[in-house]
Amino acid sequence: MSDKMKDMKTSSASRRTVLVGAGAGAVAAAVPLRRGLAASRIKVGILLPRSGPQAQTGIDCQRGADIAPDVLRAMGYPELEYMLGDTETKVDIARAQAEKLIDAGAHVIVGAFDSGQTMAAAQVCEQRNIPLVVNIAAVPKLTELGYKWVFRSFPTGPMIVGDAFRNQKKLFGMNGATPKSVALLHVNDTFGTSLAGALFALTPKFKMPYKIVEKISYDPYGRDFSAEVRKVKAAKPEALWAVSRLNDAIAITKELVRQRVDLMGILSTGPGWYEDAYLKATGKYGNDVINLAPWIDFKKEMARKMRDAFRNKFPGRNMNTNHGYTFDAMLIVADAFKRAGSTRNTDLQTALQTTNITNNTTIGEGIKFNKKGQVPHVPCAAVQNRDGKPLVVLPEYAAVAKPTWPMRPWTKR
Amino acid sequence: MDFWTLTNAVASGLLIGLVYGLSALGLSVIFGVIRIVNFAHGEIMVMGMFFALVMFRWLGMDPLLSVPLAAGLMFVFGYVLQRVVVSRVSHLPEHMQFLLLAALAIMIVSALLLIFGPDAQGVEVDYAWESFAFGELIIDYPKMFAAIAAVIVASLLLAFFKYTTTGKAIRACADNRMGAQVVGLNVDRLYALTFGIGAACLGAAGAIILLLFEVHPYLAPGYTLLAFVIVIIGGLGSLFGALVGGILIGVSEAIAAILFQPSMKTAFSFGLLILVLLLRPQGLLGKAAR
Repeated sequence: MSDKMKDMKTSSASRRTVLVGAGAGAVAAAVPLRRGLAASRIKVGILLPRSGPQAQTGIDCQRGADIAPDVLRAMGYPELEYMLGDTETKVDIARAQAEKLIDAGAHVIVGAFDSGQTMAAAQVCEQRNIPLVVNIAAVPKLTELGYKWVFRSFPTGPMIVGDAFRNQKKLFGMNGATPKSVALLHVNDTFGTSLAGALFALTPKFKMPYKIVEKISYDPYGRDFSAEVRKVKAAKPEALWAVSRLNDAIAITKELVRQRVDLMGILSTGPGWYEDAYLKATGKYGNDVINLAPWIDFKKEMARKMRDAFRNKFPGRNMNTNHGYTFDAMLIVADAFKRAGSTRNTDLQTALQTTNITNNTTIGEGIKFNKKGQVPHVPCAAVQNRDGKPLVVLPEYAAVAKPTWPMRPWTKR
Repeated sequence: MDFWTLTNAVASGLLIGLVYGLSALGLSVIFGVIRIVNFAHGEIMVMGMFFALVMFRWLGMDPLLSVPLAAGLMFVFGYVLQRVVVSRVSHLPEHMQFLLLAALAIMIVSALLLIFGPDAQGVEVDYAWESFAFGELIIDYPKMFAAIAAVIVASLLLAFFKYTTTGKAIRACADNRMGAQVVGLNVDRLYALTFGIGAACLGAAGAIILLLFEVHPYLAPGYTLLAFVIVIIGGLGSLFGALVGGILIGVSEAIAAILFQPSMKTAFSFGLLILVLLLRPQGLLGKAAR
């Protein structure tokens, strides 16, 4: 028998196998095994603003995701397979991209940094019965609308504001300098509006020693912020409380210096003022700002491992909330997948509902969701920019430096 | 609101408005002569910003000193673009021209992203954080220098169109293309020159604006929209109108921010635009269609 004949025979003999295989394949295609089979890896759709005005922050969040697989694998967690989605900093695109990731086989969605975009993704995940693990988004209704597939370890706006008040009181008490008047400058997007709303609602409850003398909302994607700062100056506050994004925070700082607005302090709640790009762009003028924000607790083992991996992969960069909470979201997914032992949506949902992680990276006791899918209390820190680095100054158990308050005047730096 | 707060706002709006006006001049020049709406307007300006950024990083060159270089480079870019690409679609329906320039805009953004990444980047000149005061009036140096540079560039451009033979020839093309051809003008070359001059304006504006704002690839659409608003308010095709429109937008936004809320600034500009369209559709200094 020639070789060719042998090949044909072999081919003929295996045809049955092929048919059986094809039949099995057809059955497999008919049943949504994608979400049912035990699997060695889980497909995670990471939805972030990777282009548009929030691109820098979205890409910064991705850095937290990028270091997670190696760190988690080394700690015995299963493999994570990433699928990337770009919201383009737009709510409608966030919705479409969430759909696309799910259609492409994502077992779970992580994202989406911005409250409005995350709300859009949450609606899709709810309709499609796919878990959404929120990395960063503070709008309270995300976990107040009865969603069954949304899980958030990030604090809500009222939690952030509540801790911001508590940390401010400690800060003023420690240093004996209390502002009597504060101007509130906030972005007019979903995040800024909800946070500013929470701030106003909670001010009487916390009996703060100051009066909010001016509340100024602005478009974070504007060009010139001189008018915003001029309005602050006209109100003559002793301190400024800013709820900003990144580029506007840089521009506002420049205007504060140029318009010679000296303050007892700048308090920031939200992103922008602690980010690397801000610290580089503002240099010495970015120092002394107090960020009242959720933060990383480097006293935790997981946070230290994350920091080591981060330093290797992104030398010269400072770590911040974006990295910690995006890393924690990956940890939540890996932990749930490990316990579920399957990528089936309902198995993952059940596992997520029973999450109990104490060795995470961010400040607080750990991650345990309530019935709404929210970690009930997520403490926030006071983080001060010092010599171009954000350092935790409060709460005491996570602090690595003592606060400088009041801040130094612009001309004495 | 006290007098000085308002005075400071008006002064700042005036200075920034001059810079906005210069950036809108590029759009007005191109539309006024070639009758093509440049949807890649903001992107070309952002290219000028990045060029000035590179010159600052490599040579330590102040963006104001980069202005002639950025203008020259963008002139060549605009000239070649008109000759090689835009001239070939000028006979096609307008929506196809729009698409071509919108596609070009997307390509420029993608290229800038590849080269420079998404981060906002700026220059740290010695006077970046400095200001001076006349009593309660505080003017910051970057804004003042940017406005002076914008006035110089705009004056040179207006003088070019008014006093030079080439400038007059371009105006002749704008007034009557066929007439210009009949008297022997090389219209294709003049169109390419015009596109080059428009792009040079944007290059210069980009280098100047870098003094004031950080640059990132996604900055462009906002500037394109702003230029449209300014040019429509000032009068399509009117160079002086673009400057006036820029000042009006700058000042009205500053006053709106002070009197109402800063988040109302953009709404105020668009309100002004609607008002002009209703009361004087040809723009404040534009010629009525005959």
